[in-house]
Amino acid sequence: MFLLSSFLSSEDVTILQDSFLPLLKGVLSYTIPLTLISFAIGLVLAITTALFRISGIKVLSGIARVYVSIIRGTPLLVQLFIVFYGLGNLGIEALKFEPFVGAIIAFSLNTGAYASETIRASILSIEKGQWEASSSIGMSYLQSLRRVILPQATRVSVPPLSNSFIGLVKETSLASTILVSEMFRKAQEIVATTYTPLLVYVEAAAIYWVICFLLSVLQGRIENRMNRYVKT
Amino acid sequence: MINMNNVSKQFGDLVVLKDISLQVEQGKVVVIIGPSGSGKTTLLRCLNVLEQPEEGSITIDQQTLKFSKKISKKEIREFRKQTGMVFQTYNLFPHFTAVQNVMEGPVTVQKVAKAKAREKAVDILTKVGLHEKMEVYPYQLSGGQQQRVGIARAMAIDPKVMLFDEPTSALDPELVGEVLQVMKKLAAEGRTMVVVTHEMSFAKEVADEVLFMDNGMIVERGEPSVLFEQPKEERTKQFLNLIKQ
Repeated sequence: MFLLSSFLSSEDVTILQDSFLPLLKGVLSYTIPLTLISFAIGLVLAITTALFRISGIKVLSGIARVYVSIIRGTPLLVQLFIVFYGLGNLGIEALKFEPFVGAIIAFSLNTGAYASETIRASILSIEKGQWEASSSIGMSYLQSLRRVILPQATRVSVPPLSNSFIGLVKETSLASTILVSEMFRKAQEIVATTYTPLLVYVEAAAIYWVICFLLSVLQGRIENRMNRYVKT
Repeated sequence: MINMNNVSKQFGDLVVLKDISLQVEQGKVVVIIGPSGSGKTTLLRCLNVLEQPEEGSITIDQQTLKFSKKISKKEIREFRKQTGMVFQTYNLFPHFTAVQNVMEGPVTVQKVAKAKAREKAVDILTKVGLHEKMEVYPYQLSGGQQQRVGIARAMAIDPKVMLFDEPTSALDPELVGEVLQVMKKLAAEGRTMVVVTHEMSFAKEVADEVLFMDNGMIVERGEPSVLFEQPKEERTKQFLNLIKQ
């Protein structure tokens, strides 16, 4: 506290205190819901896409390839703009999204594409003997997948998926550009009245860091739980 | 029990099984020996349709698969339920405990109630001498114990035939005995078994018939005492001499 006060004037401290609640509100009402909803939808997309890719059915794996290629080959910011401003400008009522909904669509599609590669790699990392053992006791493809392959693939994919998840927390700041009042947009609004960009943006950065730190602790716990059946 | 007729199998240009015919009567133990690459493992995997031959047919009990025509996945699944496969590398499900491994077939495939499947799994695991290891994960077991769980898992689906693909080849020498002992016990109970192995003493002691394979063909077959003591074919003699050294 002594160290801080030698850097910060009492006005600075007041600004930090006053901006904390609005920033927190941005986190709770937008940053976190946006992350959770987009990641959940993204995961469903990712599993579907990964299964399409490894299905061996040309049409399905083709669709999956095109989807992943387009999303990975274009910037997330551009995707956000296309979904929100681009589609919104078509004059079709159904394609005019609320900022929050537009952001969810773009983030879900983005997460789905990247995570599908993670999940595909995890599925392929499970040895062939597991498929053979499950078919040898009479399981169908879907039964093998559900009971034997995916549970093991989940363990393998926790570290890279955690990366995606933590990345998504921070990427939600891009939603500020399509008018979602998430934390970073709140910070911008505060700076517009206080003219203290360094102070408030560092405060926002600190909050992102705390969230991500807590998530990496959670990741560690999940990994421990998943690793209960492997030799450590 | 098993009737294999003119089965041929190719991997690309490589012919691994050439026109194989084989009969195994109920309750008999057939041991397949031969050099690596001779096709013995492929033959066994064809019985479980983990490999699908291009030609010929296989009958197990009442069910027949004719490979010249298209076979549905469902037909293969039904056919597979008649055989229990034991793998060289065990292939246990690492995320399940020993007892869960054994219950998996009955619960997921045969839709047996969990409590009942568990009871049965406990019985089988007790039989293979692992009643104290039921709740542990595969990585906590020795190779010999893992392979006994593998045998128990295969038995749990009540197969008419047990198939063993070099079940002791991945084991440390001191662990081979416990697995062979379980297999002998099964043979003594009158189970129909087809065993690919390098354990000649097991073949001599347990087999009703020994097949010697080389180059995708069954070169010679006979009772173990005859095949091991008085082999007729030159290639059989060579192979038996090599493994004696």
